[in-house]
Amino acid sequence: MKSLLSRAALFIVAVALVAGAAGCSKKPKNLTPLPAGQTRSSAPTGDVPLNGSGTSPGAGRLGGPDGSVGGTDLNANTGAGLVEFVGLNEGLDSRNKLENREMFALDTVYFDFDKSNVKSQYAANITKVADYLKSHPTDALLVEGHCDERGTPDYNLALGERRALAIREKLMAAGVSGDRVTTISYGKEKPAEFGTTEEAYAQNRRGVFVLLLPPSGLQ
Amino acid sequence: MKSGFLTCILAAVSALRFATSVAAQSDNSGVEIRGQTVRVIPIAISGFPDEVRKILEFDLYVVGFDLASAKPQYQLSGTAQDEIRGTLADATSQQAIFSRAYPGGSTRAQAHALANDVVKSLLQLPGIAQTKIAFRNLPGQRNAKGETVSEVWASDYDGANGVALTADNSISFGPNWVPGQLRLFYTSFRAARPEIYLQDLRSGDRTRVISFPGTSSSPAVSPDGRRMAMVLSRSGSPDIWIANVDGTDLRQLTKTKELEASPCWSPDGRTLCFTSAESGRPSLYTLPASGGTMKRLNTGGVTQCTEPDWSPDGKQIAFTRAAGEFTIYVMPATGGSAEAIAPGEDPSWSPNSRTLVFTRRVGVERRLSLLDVPSRHVKDLSRISGSCSQPSWAR
Repeated sequence: MKSLLSRAALFIVAVALVAGAAGCSKKPKNLTPLPAGQTRSSAPTGDVPLNGSGTSPGAGRLGGPDGSVGGTDLNANTGAGLVEFVGLNEGLDSRNKLENREMFALDTVYFDFDKSNVKSQYAANITKVADYLKSHPTDALLVEGHCDERGTPDYNLALGERRALAIREKLMAAGVSGDRVTTISYGKEKPAEFGTTEEAYAQNRRGVFVLLLPPSGLQ
Repeated sequence: MKSGFLTCILAAVSALRFATSVAAQSDNSGVEIRGQTVRVIPIAISGFPDEVRKILEFDLYVVGFDLASAKPQYQLSGTAQDEIRGTLADATSQQAIFSRAYPGGSTRAQAHALANDVVKSLLQLPGIAQTKIAFRNLPGQRNAKGETVSEVWASDYDGANGVALTADNSISFGPNWVPGQLRLFYTSFRAARPEIYLQDLRSGDRTRVISFPGTSSSPAVSPDGRRMAMVLSRSGSPDIWIANVDGTDLRQLTKTKELEASPCWSPDGRTLCFTSAESGRPSLYTLPASGGTMKRLNTGGVTQCTEPDWSPDGKQIAFTRAAGEFTIYVMPATGGSAEAIAPGEDPSWSPNSRTLVFTRRVGVERRLSLLDVPSRHVKDLSRISGSCSQPSWAR
């Protein structure tokens, strides 16, 4: 009895599925197209691939509408529109410098939830830092990116980095060489405020400027 | 045409419903979950001392056995004098399926070996009771720099025998095992910026493998143990990069304006799956490991998708929906639909492709839990003090 019912059920299912398959054509899902944008990049100093066969990021142009990368067999994807890819300077290591966190302690930039765009209300902060760097050519800068504690750890680390890089891009637009600005993300691992209120979260979504001075008296 | 299509679908759905309801009536070891029959095997355990019985119960519960049924289908009984001896029998016929002794090793190891034999016998799956996990542990303090200290730990899959692998008083996190080996990668701020390390658990030796300006993180080793994917920002945006596990032959695989995170590998080593915010919101993408075009994965309308992990049998991808109450979802690896399984985040598959280890938020703390996807059984790992997260199952 049991096996008869099961067989009958299977038969009905089979008929229905075959009828369904015959009657409807399966359209491929519309995959999100990534337009091949043109990328300009400078070849940052000290940006050397780990070995000769690796790609040298930042060097070389993306040519052609299919976005193929010249000189390699990678078809790396670009974001929409014109994208600046200015790699970080391998010759600038904040660990070999003296840190001054007080100089720009009041110029911290704050971000909206899940966002890395620098809001226009911080334009003056950017200008102040840029002007300082332009008039102190031996100094460099570390931008620290941070997040509130709500997201997932990997994502927050990357988001904090996007925030630091977004600030760096603004500084570059203000005339500071990208070679003089490096970045680091702490994700949510170095909060300014504790607690689970919106105020605490807002205080943690930040980009912090750390002035880097040449080591004095150090070998 | 359209109404014909709908009729076909309705017919198929109702036929399926009929078939499964018939199956549920006729197979008394089935459990109805959302109209689908899930095989949960009721088993009774008797005769062992408490310590051994608790281990057996844990090991069997987290692979979907029902320990509380009034009508067990199987009986596991035995003793633990000098060594554990166990007999698995059919509960109705009393016929023994196997009867074994487990000499040598600790009582805990013997109990796990017995549980593995039960699983192999009744589920025809590899046992996971002697596997290991690695994770991040927060002892609950900050260092002089104001960083929230975290160290990398490893333990048995049930949380026993936990050991700290780092003691840097810095931020060390995101462990990822080299498949089949007692070595793992992790990210650490110990040298004042996030860099990727490889550590050998036998010798304790470690090497810094990846060191660049910006943020380098999220190591993910390929199934053959030769390549690693990671997220580097050295070129001006957090992108997916790939290299040999010694850091040579480094290549950039994505070149997007927005962030990428959390790469994982298909078990055949040909495809990477990861999160990208390129579309405006975090979504899952796949990309050939040899380079090529990143393609968005269809998650059936589920958004805010992060932290993917590909099951070892290649069939499913588990991920976190990072919105509201964070939730573990599971979807076919080919995409098309995704199903919410349990509240939690950061899933990592066990070798049996049905049990996950993941993180649960308890206030501001984090706890590790196991989740058996087919049965929805959830069990906390409760042996380690401090907040634990970012688990990686050794496969």
